[in-house]
Amino acid sequence: MIWWAAAGGIMGTLARYGLGMWAGKRFGTVFPWGTWIINVSGSLLLGWLYGEFTQNHLSPALWMLLGTGFCGGYTTFSTFGYESLQLMERKEYRRMATYVLSSVVVGVVAAAIGYRVS
Amino acid sequence: MKDVLFVAAGGALGTSTRYGLQSLLPAAGADFPLGVLLINWIGCLFLGWFFTVTLRSWRIKPRLRLAIGTGFTGGFTTFSTFAVDAVRLTVHDRMLTAVLYLLLSVGGGLFLTWTGIRLGTKMTQAAPKEERL
Repeated sequence: MIWWAAAGGIMGTLARYGLGMWAGKRFGTVFPWGTWIINVSGSLLLGWLYGEFTQNHLSPALWMLLGTGFCGGYTTFSTFGYESLQLMERKEYRRMATYVLSSVVVGVVAAAIGYRVS
Repeated sequence: MKDVLFVAAGGALGTSTRYGLQSLLPAAGADFPLGVLLINWIGCLFLGWFFTVTLRSWRIKPRLRLAIGTGFTGGFTTFSTFAVDAVRLTVHDRMLTAVLYLLLSVGGGLFLTWTGIRLGTKMTQAAPKEERL
């Protein structure tokens, strides 16, 4: 099982790395759009995968590969925290609050939507 | 191209470590998702410290910083499981636990990132001979 998770983790981490660099070039570094998009889209996908898994439409191996591996490696909590603190250190408190609150609220709502449509 | 290999290796290790810890600690459902909470807390503390010391003075190859920071720590922590865990708790009618979990994850995560940055700042200030940016 660990190999499925590790293989998915590689794909997810590379997808995050690539999308993060693309977003940095596309939107600049004023607001951490890269991580925002990654975390919200990953939460939507994992919500849907989790719903499919609980309805037995997904094998445990595929759940490990795509859920624990891909989505887990793709999304990141530590970078979300670090970017929030960077905004705080730049005294951009309003932007920091927007980043933290919107990531959490939109992320959880996206996970719920994914779960519902499964 | 080599950068990609470093990020991939870090991601594989980070995800495997998370997998190992997740199977040892309680997951979401009827229980409080302590596993992912601790994983995200540890990752926040570490990344705050690591990015600070490697940016300020410790000489480390940029590729290694990428492998450990973006690869390992990014793959170790997870936002999607955090969001789905919160939904899982509400599905089990544990609304109050879900709110508590959200607050502890975000509040604790930000506080520990801040602690890591402070710790890294102090450690690099204690070494005056090193060049600082």
